[in-house]
Amino acid sequence: MTSEAPVKHAVRVQVNERQYEEEVEGRRLLVHFLRETLGLTGTHVGCVVGECGACSVLLDGSVVKSCLVLAVQADGRAVVTIEGLERNGSLHPLQESFVSRYGLQCGYCTPGMILTALDLLARNPRPTEDDIRHGLAGNLCMCTGYMQIVEAVREAATVLAGATPDLA
Amino acid sequence: MIPAAFEYSAPASLDEALALLSAHGDEAKVLAGGQSLLPLMKLRLATPGHLVDLTRIPGLNRIEQDGVPSAGDQRIPVPVASRLQRPMLSIGALTLYCQIEESTLLRQACPLLPQTASAVADVQVRNRGTIGGSLAHADPAGDMAAAALALDATLRAVGPSGERWIPAAEFFTGFFTTALAPDEILVEMRVPVLEGWTTTYRKAAPRASGFAIAGVAVCLRKGPDETCQEIRIGVTGVTERPFRAHAVEDALRGKPLVASVIEEAAEAVAEGVWIAEDVRASAAYRAHLARIYASRAIQGARDADTPGGLSTGL
Ligand code: FES
Ligand code: FES
Repeated sequence: MTSEAPVKHAVRVQVNERQYEEEVEGRRLLVHFLRETLGLTGTHVGCVVGECGACSVLLDGSVVKSCLVLAVQADGRAVVTIEGLERNGSLHPLQESFVSRYGLQCGYCTPGMILTALDLLARNPRPTEDDIRHGLAGNLCMCTGYMQIVEAVREAATVLAGATPDLA
Repeated sequence: MIPAAFEYSAPASLDEALALLSAHGDEAKVLAGGQSLLPLMKLRLATPGHLVDLTRIPGLNRIEQDGVPSAGDQRIPVPVASRLQRPMLSIGALTLYCQIEESTLLRQACPLLPQTASAVADVQVRNRGTIGGSLAHADPAGDMAAAALALDATLRAVGPSGERWIPAAEFFTGFFTTALAPDEILVEMRVPVLEGWTTTYRKAAPRASGFAIAGVAVCLRKGPDETCQEIRIGVTGVTERPFRAHAVEDALRGKPLVASVIEEAAEAVAEGVWIAEDVRASAAYRAHLARIYASRAIQGARDADTPGGLSTGL
């Protein structure tokens, strides 16, 4: 099968509210599709085996690891990546709070952390520290230590509680 | 890390999926949530030539209380006929962990399933992984398998020659191996509504993977004076397949549910079982954790109000 030209499948997917249509091989991972096919490099690749959470994106509103989803499986669905959080030139409150609370150092884990926190806050707008830690259990950070990350999520929760639903 | 090339199909019906499996034989592999299969494919530990994605088939993602079987199910011969006399819950194979975790029906009628689902890996995996995928993949450390065993669940498989029911106790046959034939698809799990039972799931697991070194699911029915009237214990992570800890169950039946009795009974959890050894735990440590977590899970079920779930920090 290696010598044959690979069969391609059509993928129609909405990413950050924009519609894309591409042809991909069955084995193309969603993370590589986002980064290499669409050029959206904000989604990071860490372990590629589903253990670090760096590649987390929203798929139909739920956070998933994009290294554990085939691009073909996203056909007909909607994806949100870190690039999709900015509104009219302003950062999302989670992005703001990660900056103001020093929730990042190298930033490698940050897009995944933020998308996972977004999923958490959508389900649970007033999380306790335990809820935040449990919610972020699938996201590993090698440098920051989790204190500031937890604080950043907590601060964003407070801001979002008083904000327009459009931001959430 | 990219999977080896494969052909991909996303059939729109179960019949179509079965035809694909029959056509491709051993080369074909069923894909559900992919949370276990895709990592193995990337590591090239699995190299299926054809992937049959079930996630576009309607009707396999549902949770129902099934006192009266739905019209389609009435044709199906159920070997354990008496089971259908009792209220049953039916969980479609493509039901996500997060749906099980959040299901109000299950929280009331079968709390062990939400307790176990909430201990699976992390939110990303729970948002995407399915109960059927977990059972059919038969990872020796799979969480849902322990619950299925403790619940004495029945699993419905469909194949080219029709349907059959497989008791959970006969489903896990070995290392990543089940009673399913290569051309069969697991479509549903049925469990009785639990009335008068208390349940819990406890596991010891390293943080990053969340895979149980030892996981124990317990269904307990207390008799008068805090004695153990009936108990079923499912164990995962310890040996080549999830299993029922009959020795512990036998040692507890009729006995008072006090800590000393439970701890002594839990000693037998891994008796006569080959204990796995890997980078996460030596055989001795794993056996030790199995005994400790068996004891904790039984005590958790006894106290009923103790939430189940994950212990990490390993
Ligand atoms: S890159 Fe996807 S979980 Fe690590
Ligand atoms: S900020 Fe560097 S890995 Fe988290």
